[in-house]
Amino acid sequence: MTFDPLTIRKDFPIFGRSIRDGKRLVYLDSGATSQKPSVVIDAESDFYRNHNAAAHRGAHQLAEEATEAIESARGIIADFLGGATDEIIFTKSSTEALNLLAYSIGSAAKENPFHLKAGDEIVVSEMEHHANLIPWQQLAKRTGAVLKWFEVEPNGRLDLSNMKSVITDRTKIVALTHQSNVLGTINPLAEIVKRAHEVGAIFILDACQSVPHMPVNVTDLDIDFLVFSGHKAVGPTGVGVLWGRASLLADLPPFLFGGSMIESVTMTDATWAPAPRKFEAGVPNMAQIVGLGAAVSYLTNIGMQKIHNHEIEITQYAISKLQEVEEVRIIGPTDMNLRGGAVSFTLGEIHPHDLGQYLDNSGIAVRTGHHCAWPLTRKMGVPSTTRASFYLYNTIEDIDALITGVRDAQKYFA
Amino acid sequence: MELDNLYQEVILDHYKNPQNKKLATNYDAQVHHVNPSCGDEIDLNLTITDGVVANISWDGVGCSISQASVSILTDLLIGKPISEAYSIFDQFVSLMQSKGSIPGDESVLEDAIALAGVSKYPARIKCALLGWMAFKDASVQAQAKSELG
Repeated sequence: MTFDPLTIRKDFPIFGRSIRDGKRLVYLDSGATSQKPSVVIDAESDFYRNHNAAAHRGAHQLAEEATEAIESARGIIADFLGGATDEIIFTKSSTEALNLLAYSIGSAAKENPFHLKAGDEIVVSEMEHHANLIPWQQLAKRTGAVLKWFEVEPNGRLDLSNMKSVITDRTKIVALTHQSNVLGTINPLAEIVKRAHEVGAIFILDACQSVPHMPVNVTDLDIDFLVFSGHKAVGPTGVGVLWGRASLLADLPPFLFGGSMIESVTMTDATWAPAPRKFEAGVPNMAQIVGLGAAVSYLTNIGMQKIHNHEIEITQYAISKLQEVEEVRIIGPTDMNLRGGAVSFTLGEIHPHDLGQYLDNSGIAVRTGHHCAWPLTRKMGVPSTTRASFYLYNTIEDIDALITGVRDAQKYFA
Repeated sequence: MELDNLYQEVILDHYKNPQNKKLATNYDAQVHHVNPSCGDEIDLNLTITDGVVANISWDGVGCSISQASVSILTDLLIGKPISEAYSIFDQFVSLMQSKGSIPGDESVLEDAIALAGVSKYPARIKCALLGWMAFKDASVQAQAKSELG
């Protein structure tokens, strides 16, 4: 099947509406959240209409159907990532998934292999989203561990020349983004993962900006944990995924306590169910999990490699066209080697908020600001940027609209 | 076009030629405010003498709305008794929160009336208010200081 974004757009009802008095919607903000195809909206709605009951509880047919629905979604997502079904944990968001890891690790007792003590090291990078920075920064503060990081070079790539001094024998955790939500940079994981394992550290991958856009296989990457968010992958809001190696999940202490996650409870003590249940206290976000299963099936049917290739093609086009505009400065790599479909830029002295407002008036949705990566925008020497981010439903026509909008804004604010 | 209601000439003028955008060395209170959603920042120095806003000076980075708004504020409030400045402040905040339902009183708000269009863009209200909130904060600090002194 050939890849045709115009056919794909028909799967997404939102493209049927218009913006700001009749203008065509040019949605270039999928890095913040993606639009949803009908199959996802229908799956979520169908769950409520026909199968709603509390999963894993109750002896009735609806409870069985609800359980089956979310467990089948778990299987779909495990296959999608190349992991085992019991290695998939549903959270309310990828932010929660990262906090789950940070709090669980932080609560590990002395005899637990995850135990962190003063002087142990946690490694991140300067290009992390706040969600993969602050949990570790605060964990370091709570435990006396030391937070270290890889720096970002002016071209938007990680400086890995000092790998051995950043990841040392004291390193316990390396938490890194797969693809920067600001720069579009895809990080070369193999050597970093190898180094992390060499010193006995665990490797945690923030895959929020990669899993929706390209093939990602946890076995091939040889990583230990991965998080991604449903709503950036054409799925519903309110559901995130944590994948972890089974052997590690067995040792990792739980984060949230409550119903479903226990094996046995007395008034004074409790023991835990095996993973994934140990990490899923409370009635899960069932409709959203089912919707995410539908989303992942939808993406798989189209083909992740095809989606990635399409994004590479339009991103390359966008970068080359933006570079033709005087005063545009692209913040991030301008070559397509290890690069995804998020393009941040500045336009002379025009503030991104003003540019974003102007584009919005033409029906073009972009993100402006520091993109929840404040240390990174500071490092790149800009208070904020405008970001266009692309997905499977974007077309060359969308890019052309962006370029026209940028040029018109330049005249407007001149 | 619709956008022209937001970006009125007065706003773009103040943006390109900001007033009082140089921090005074003497002041009663100095504040630093940020808009965490976009990273805009402002430093504002305020002097209140005998119950009158004697001087407001500032420096900052931000969009045309935030920069023009603070520039307009300085023009409008310097020389006013603090009680009148607060009354103007209240009217401006009400106008910003009105979602376009009130026109605002031009005899009170003067150039600040040009920011009325902002109230229809919820994401931009914080931009317009950044400098005003900094002023309010600084004025409270300056008055507390003068009471102590």
